[in-house]
Amino acid sequence: MKARVQVMLKDGVLDPQGEAVRRALGSLGFGGVSGVRQGKVIELDLESTDADAARDEVTRMCEQLLANTVIERYEIEIS
Amino acid sequence: MKAAVIVYPGSNCDRDLAVAFRAAGAEVSMVWHKETELPAGLDIVGVPGGFSYGDYLRCGAIAARSPVTRAVVDFAGAGGHVLGICNGFQVLTETGLLPGALMRNAGLKFVCRNVPLRVATADSPFTAGYAPDQQISLPVAHHDGNYIADPETLRHLQDQDRIAFAYLDNPNGSVADIAGVLSENRRVLGMMPHPERAVDAAHGGTDGAAVFRALAGLGVPA
Repeated sequence: MKARVQVMLKDGVLDPQGEAVRRALGSLGFGGVSGVRQGKVIELDLESTDADAARDEVTRMCEQLLANTVIERYEIEIS
Repeated sequence: MKAAVIVYPGSNCDRDLAVAFRAAGAEVSMVWHKETELPAGLDIVGVPGGFSYGDYLRCGAIAARSPVTRAVVDFAGAGGHVLGICNGFQVLTETGLLPGALMRNAGLKFVCRNVPLRVATADSPFTAGYAPDQQISLPVAHHDGNYIADPETLRHLQDQDRIAFAYLDNPNGSVADIAGVLSENRRVLGMMPHPERAVDAAHGGTDGAAVFRALAGLGVPA
C-alpha cells in the first residue's frame, strides 16, 4: 500500500515562508491571494496490505517522527 | 567536571564546545552519534550546534531519534545536566526534554552576528556566574531560531523563571524574546546563542565564558 502524509503548520502558528510566497505571488501580479500556507508531503511505500493497520502504523510514525506535533498537524491518506 | 560532547554527522560546533569546556577545567570526551551509552561518571553532556543529519525533515528531528540521544534523554531523566546550543537546542526540543519548538526565522534570513542579551535568570547551574538582568553579547548563527510555545507553556516558563536568556533586539521573531530556556529541574538548558564562541578575547568577546566557569563547579565536592 501507499501512504501519503501531509504535514502542515497548525492553524494559528504564523508561517513566515508561506507569507513570503504570498508576497512573491503579489509581486508577480497575482493580487487575489489572501493567504498561503506551506507544508510538506511525505509518501511512504508500505508492505502492509491492511489499510487500517497501515493507518495505525503511519499515525505512530507521524507522532514519533514525521510531524512535530508542538507546531504541526498531519493528515494521512492510505491507498 | 567531566563533560561529553555529542558529535552527529553535520555537527560543526562540537570542537568549539569541547575547547570551551576544557578551558573551564573539564575533562571532555567526544561521543559519536552511533554510541548507545555515554561514558560513566559524567557531570554534563553538551549537544553542539551545526546541521545534524543535514537538518533533514526538521532541524534536529533525526538527531533527536538517534541512538546516542536516547542515552542523553536517559541521562537527563536521571538528573544529569545537559547543555544544548543552537542545533543542540533544536535537538533538545525535538526530544521533548525542553518545551516548545524552533521555527524558521520570522525574517526568513540566516542571522549571523553578535546580539545583545539579557540574563533572564541567574538561578541555574548555567547562569549562576552572571548577575540577574546582566546584559551580555553573544554570537548567533541560525536560520531556525524562532522559538514558539503555546500560551500555557509560555506562562509556565515565565512563572517558573525558566527563561534563561532573552534577546534585547529580537533577531528571529522568538515569542517573548526567548533566546534560551531551562527544564523544570533547571538542569537542561537550550539556547540559540553560542556561548562557546565567546570564551576567548581574540575571537571578539568573552561573555560566554561565565557559562562554562559556572559549570566547572559540577562534580567538585562542596
